[in-house]
Amino acid sequence: MRPVRDIAVVAFGQTDHRRTSDEFSEVEMLMPVLHDVLDRTGMKTSDIGFTCSGSSDYLAGRAFSFTMALDGVGAWPPISESHVEMDGAWALYEAWTKLLTGDADTALVYAYGKSSPGSVRDVLTRQLDPYYVAPLWPDSVALAALQAQALIDAGETDEPALAGVASRSRTAATSNSHAQLRGSVAQGDYLVRPLRTGDCPPIGDGAAAVILAAGERARDLCERPAWIRGIDHRIEAHGLGVRDLTDSPSTRLAAERAGAFERPVDTAELHAPFTSQEVVLRKALRLGADVDVNPSGGALAANPVMAAGLIRIGEAAARIHRGLSDRALGHATSGPCLQQNLVAVLEGDAR
Amino acid sequence: MPEVLKAPLVVEFPFTRSLGPVQSAFLTGLRERVVLGVKTGDGRTLVPPVEYDPVTAEEIRDLVEVAPTGTVTTWAWNHAPRRGQPLDTPFAWVLVKLDGADTALLHALDAPGSDAVRTGMRVRIRWAGERCGAITDIACFEPYDGSAELTGHDGLFEDMVTGIVAPARLDYVYSPGRAQAAYIDALSERRTVGERCPSCQKVYVPPRGACPTCGVATSERVEVGPRGTVTTYCIVNIKAKNLDIDVPYVYAHIALDGADLALHGRIGGIPYDQVRMGLRVEPVWTEGGRYPDHYRPTGEPDADYDVYKELI
Repeated sequence: MRPVRDIAVVAFGQTDHRRTSDEFSEVEMLMPVLHDVLDRTGMKTSDIGFTCSGSSDYLAGRAFSFTMALDGVGAWPPISESHVEMDGAWALYEAWTKLLTGDADTALVYAYGKSSPGSVRDVLTRQLDPYYVAPLWPDSVALAALQAQALIDAGETDEPALAGVASRSRTAATSNSHAQLRGSVAQGDYLVRPLRTGDCPPIGDGAAAVILAAGERARDLCERPAWIRGIDHRIEAHGLGVRDLTDSPSTRLAAERAGAFERPVDTAELHAPFTSQEVVLRKALRLGADVDVNPSGGALAANPVMAAGLIRIGEAAARIHRGLSDRALGHATSGPCLQQNLVAVLEGDAR
Repeated sequence: MPEVLKAPLVVEFPFTRSLGPVQSAFLTGLRERVVLGVKTGDGRTLVPPVEYDPVTAEEIRDLVEVAPTGTVTTWAWNHAPRRGQPLDTPFAWVLVKLDGADTALLHALDAPGSDAVRTGMRVRIRWAGERCGAITDIACFEPYDGSAELTGHDGLFEDMVTGIVAPARLDYVYSPGRAQAAYIDALSERRTVGERCPSCQKVYVPPRGACPTCGVATSERVEVGPRGTVTTYCIVNIKAKNLDIDVPYVYAHIALDGADLALHGRIGGIPYDQVRMGLRVEPVWTEGGRYPDHYRPTGEPDADYDVYKELI
């Protein structure tokens, strides 16, 4: 089903992603990115119809931490604003539905995460089932490693193939000036076997922002808008032992509902923080060898938690803006072992 | 740029959670060394059990005992255990399908090394010495080639566990960022600095690096105060825990001279019922204090309402 209004990503910006940014507060880190996307469209904050953000109190170690970042978007006089305690890709989904209703014609979506103040492996344990799992403190690398071993046992990958994913991603990132890890990166020692440091994302701080616009407004603001042809997100059971970790039915269903299988895509920006997760996603999305996967380097090159998914959609859109892609897929994930997945299909006007 | 300020920040909670009938039976069972699953409508047995079928969302309550022995469905070798994890020596994370179950349980496996672990290996539960009705009543799994008899338990216990307390602690190193660091640095010299918005010219104290009205970065540092005006106030009649101040006392919004935003502080040196809007005050520092302890009257005439009415 086609959306009732045509809505496009018209601008995308991101910070340089770095291991630490302790000289800046969250809003100080975020604000240059907000101004970047506003400048690209010639808009002011007061021109924006709806604002939505994604971030996490657990990363900041502070309750209602997103309210501090609101200073950066000019929240006085009052604006129409919302927040998700999720990756910014889900904030983009909320903004997209807001534009679909016709309540607004433009939306600013932003997301940020500073992992450096805490230990992100420990922090992410707090999103797990609090009765049966969180008391054991299994960290994010450990859970990804269980998934990787399941894939190896199933014969779907092996350690050299995973190293190949790592190498390809960081080589691609040499053309991405924002990336944290670029070029040749050693696979290194096991972090949690079978995953080596090279199979895991860098830990870092960063922010991203996107502007959405509907219909003719999008054409006014951007030479080649990246039209969102479909977007959907799905979730699987929280119990890891209930799921088949070698597959991602939620990604496949979201992709189907977003129209991803109607025609081939030329580009796919996949949110796969661990090499093994790219194996799962390629299968779920039926991506052939002819699809350019993660030309930005993906989350293996820069993984600002809470922004990395939004960046995938932004990178996919930016390739359409630049004329490097005509039909691109953006994917975001959240939760352990690809528990929740969002798929957006973006297209440029025919040339 | 001055040295980046940093301080440890510990966030610690004892989360208290209540259990539904299924989770209550499962965790009580662990206390009694009995493992329970729950039957779904299509006859599968879920271990650990949940109250709703993850496929159909149907409510499920039909408890069934499974064995304390099982098979590893996947694993990962953790050579460097982290705080809070089940073992402090190298171990394997495992998903274990217990005999009689159709789903797997996540836990730790005590094994001498990664070479001793493989998918498909047989394991059994090692019970914790002291059990209270929590997932940690399973100390870990251990290699075991045999199988075990069921106790024939029906899932009904006396003295059911109805809740868990799950302590959580996360450690951070907090950095306040450029603008707030400058504010804190100035306070160490008993000065107060704000930042002026380049667009609307308002001076924000304390500065956060952004003007919330204009949505632009603030950068021009401005010294304000030390004197200021009470713009509004309240009388506090309830003594706060761990606070050594006699009630009633006055807590006020104070617009420091030169600031366009009031900050808040306690008013002292004057009876509580004589504090008023417009009162002129100045900060009082105590030895070693990192911010003003309170503000006291300067003795100047009160400020005109028109001077501070925009700052209330």
